[in-house]
Amino acid sequence: MKRLRRAVLLLACVLAACFPSPAFAQEEETVPLTGEKIYVYNWGEYIADGKDGSLDINTEFTRRTGIEVDYSTFDTNESLYSKLVSGGASYDVIIPSDYMVSKMINEGMLEKLDFSNIPNYQYIDEQYRNLSYDPTNEYSVPYTWGLVGIFYNKQYVTETVDSWDILWDEKYAGKILMFDNPRDAFGIAQKKLGLSFNSTDEDEWIQAAVQLKEQKPLVQAYVMDQIFNKMESGEAWLAPYYAGDAALLVEENENIGFAIPTKQGTNFFVDAMCIPKGCRNKSGAEAYINFLCDPEIAAANMEYIGYSTPESAAKELLPEEVVNNPIYYPPQEIIDNSEVFIDLPEETALQLDSLWAEVKMGGPGDSMTLVLTLAGFLALYLAVVIYKKVKRNREC
Amino acid sequence: MKKAVSRVYLTLIYIFLYAPILLLVVFSFNDTDTKSRTVWSGFSLRWYEMLFQDRMLLEALKNTLIIAVCAALGATVLGTVAAIGINSMKGWRKKLVMNITNLPMLNPEIVTGVSLMLLMVFVAGLFGISLGMGSIILAHITFCLPYVILSVLPKLGQMDPHLYEAAQDLGCTPLRSFFKVVMPEIMSGVITGMVMAFTLSLDDFIISYFCSGTTQTLPVYIYSMTKKRVSPEINALSTLLFAVILILLLIINIRQGRMGKKEEKEADV
Amino acid sequence: MKAKAVSAPYLVWMAIFIIVPMLLVAYFAFTDSNGAFTLDNLARVGQYSNVFLRSIWLGALSTAISLLVGYPVAYIISHSSLKRQSVLIMLVMLPMWMNFLLRTYAWMTLLEDSGLINNLLAAVGLPRLHMINTQGAVVVGMVYDYIPFMILPLYSVMSKLDPSVVEAAQDLGADGKRVFLRVTLPLSMPGVISGITMVFVPSVSTFIISKMLGGGGNLMIGDLIDMQFLGSAYNPNLGSAISLVLMVLILICMGIMNEFDDGEAQGGGMML
Repeated sequence: MKRLRRAVLLLACVLAACFPSPAFAQEEETVPLTGEKIYVYNWGEYIADGKDGSLDINTEFTRRTGIEVDYSTFDTNESLYSKLVSGGASYDVIIPSDYMVSKMINEGMLEKLDFSNIPNYQYIDEQYRNLSYDPTNEYSVPYTWGLVGIFYNKQYVTETVDSWDILWDEKYAGKILMFDNPRDAFGIAQKKLGLSFNSTDEDEWIQAAVQLKEQKPLVQAYVMDQIFNKMESGEAWLAPYYAGDAALLVEENENIGFAIPTKQGTNFFVDAMCIPKGCRNKSGAEAYINFLCDPEIAAANMEYIGYSTPESAAKELLPEEVVNNPIYYPPQEIIDNSEVFIDLPEETALQLDSLWAEVKMGGPGDSMTLVLTLAGFLALYLAVVIYKKVKRNREC
Repeated sequence: MKKAVSRVYLTLIYIFLYAPILLLVVFSFNDTDTKSRTVWSGFSLRWYEMLFQDRMLLEALKNTLIIAVCAALGATVLGTVAAIGINSMKGWRKKLVMNITNLPMLNPEIVTGVSLMLLMVFVAGLFGISLGMGSIILAHITFCLPYVILSVLPKLGQMDPHLYEAAQDLGCTPLRSFFKVVMPEIMSGVITGMVMAFTLSLDDFIISYFCSGTTQTLPVYIYSMTKKRVSPEINALSTLLFAVILILLLIINIRQGRMGKKEEKEADV
Repeated sequence: MKAKAVSAPYLVWMAIFIIVPMLLVAYFAFTDSNGAFTLDNLARVGQYSNVFLRSIWLGALSTAISLLVGYPVAYIISHSSLKRQSVLIMLVMLPMWMNFLLRTYAWMTLLEDSGLINNLLAAVGLPRLHMINTQGAVVVGMVYDYIPFMILPLYSVMSKLDPSVVEAAQDLGADGKRVFLRVTLPLSMPGVISGITMVFVPSVSTFIISKMLGGGGNLMIGDLIDMQFLGSAYNPNLGSAISLVLMVLILICMGIMNEFDDGEAQGGGMML
């Protein structure tokens, strides 16, 4: 059924391209730009790529505009940031999440967008404009939004999943997966404790770290997109992840369920398209952003990746079961009860980094041990040298 | 008895070495979706089909080959010239240069990668450019150089230094006498070094990972594949790579075998 | 005179691409994000002593296992007929030509709870074992990836061993065990030493194997460095400091190994 729907949608897109409506005719004119290239850096599993009969977004963009897309993927906001800052990579389009957008704006890493090149911005709903991470909306165009929830294997997890506490349940030791990035992982511990994601109180972060350290023996692995394989094969039974991925996980595996712990609250995120400073083809990048905002393209894209679109016009093109499904489009009160990540002040961010490393390596170490270890090796070295010298002297 | 034990032991080790590869190969033909990667459900070639439709993968393959060719050529030329220079050095100078040359080989790869990345990013920052193909090629030449030098140096050591002088005395220009006299003597070392540089560059992940910028090489692409929802495409890719390597090695071996026989025959004559 | 001048381009290259990068690492390790001199980064490395100890332990363990498993392999290969030798050693090298990410990935599918080994165990009625995401899995992965680096130098030393030396020892009345302990082992020591270095260095600094087979909970030095540069905790200064400490550690280890190398070769020579 689902495949059929996708095929119909795909057909609609192709037909629309073959018999250009005025909107498309405009894009046809830009085809002679062939030879241009843009570099796109996006999350893994975050664009329709032609699999399962979906529309191959990047190929379609090249077909219409003549601009080639060099597409690569990252797996956390933090690694995107590092790649830009210390990896010396210049991309043309990046898609960070809300708090990372504001961090990048604050550090002057983003170009202002020329919205006259992005006419499709008009389709973005009012409630997704001027959000706190980009209050004047000069730097970013929302791509998707969503909530964080828990995926679980119905065969083994028979109780109702309605609280983050289940990720600390010893019954499921070794079958729990956890986010492999500090904000999301700490976020879960913070909501479990009823704390805010954006606290600047040192003690609150330490409390959350204590929770994560307690949880560590139960955790099978810290992963990101690997949860797809691990959940599908039954290797893991419980994993917190983004609601949009239910499209691949829940709908194609009858054993997997998804629930949002609404009482404790969860994370509401918006991922937005931005152009980093140092980009090589700004107009091409803007054309790409504009293309992704085209309601028909956005609908085809969202249909495949499963995340929620910020465009009502695209939502109308989506099948009813998707729009009415509370996983993808939850009722307003759930959204109201969730919190967004805000960029942390530097001090808190540093504390978070070292707490996160501490969680992953299991307790803090101390300099003494390290110095002693090195000294031990050095002593061994000297001992060998001296021993040999003595021996040689005696032999002579 | 002793022979039987060692035969069993060797067989076990080879099973250990080849079981995972065999597994990859077998499951590349598996007709299943990603759900059950380790349950056999019929023969199919569809992962190979998907592989050849993966535009990014083909692009990565192209990048890898370009980089490997450039790195191998660059490292060979620079390394051969360097070896000649080093060969003529003596005493502490030679020792010092050799020690520094060996550094990239002794250093943990990750430290080499990180240090090269710091340099490239610094330079790229000055010119406002991005890391990419160029930085990977430079990094690859750097870590391939010692292997070329170390395979050329012994050949130079075996060569009679007077040959070069004799050629010049007979009226050759220095360049001409180099190509006429020195090159043939050290050719086998140069070729070994070049082949080594090529394969090292082809297979390198860690240094490419740090210096790649926006360019994706095949190993970097494979890494990003393992971080996503893994599909049996990756098995198909492994199988193809393994088959290519196997065939290349077989060709080299057969050719060497033939040449060996030919030489024997000539010797007999 | 001319020949020396020829090395100039290489010397320049060496300075730019080997020495300057190392100096940059040192510079970053001793400065903060504003470029001011500080020792904080080095002091902070101490926090990660657990990671260092774990890496050294796992690296040493996989080196020891590689040596114990690889030594007999090299011995057996070097004692088979010449024609077989080249085939057998080629078979040892062949897996190395395959990308190590793919090889490690293969182990993932083998060791998983619902992986092939466990399915086999279940099929014959044995209880399932939990293997993936443990330190054991990381060690298996490292041994698998690096054991050819142990076998190859061992083999190349042993295959050059003069068989008449062994015969001489036998003629002089030494039994098999004594021949091995007093002749073969000391003479193969250079191979052992270079094998140990070639396995220990990459395994102590690995960062992919521990991620793929260790589940991200068994952090190693390599992961830590990766985290600071391209991972989740952007801090190249700290990353450089960790790299610097790692480099010192490895240099010391190599120093020890070198000393042993000379010593044993001499000792072996004297015994003859």
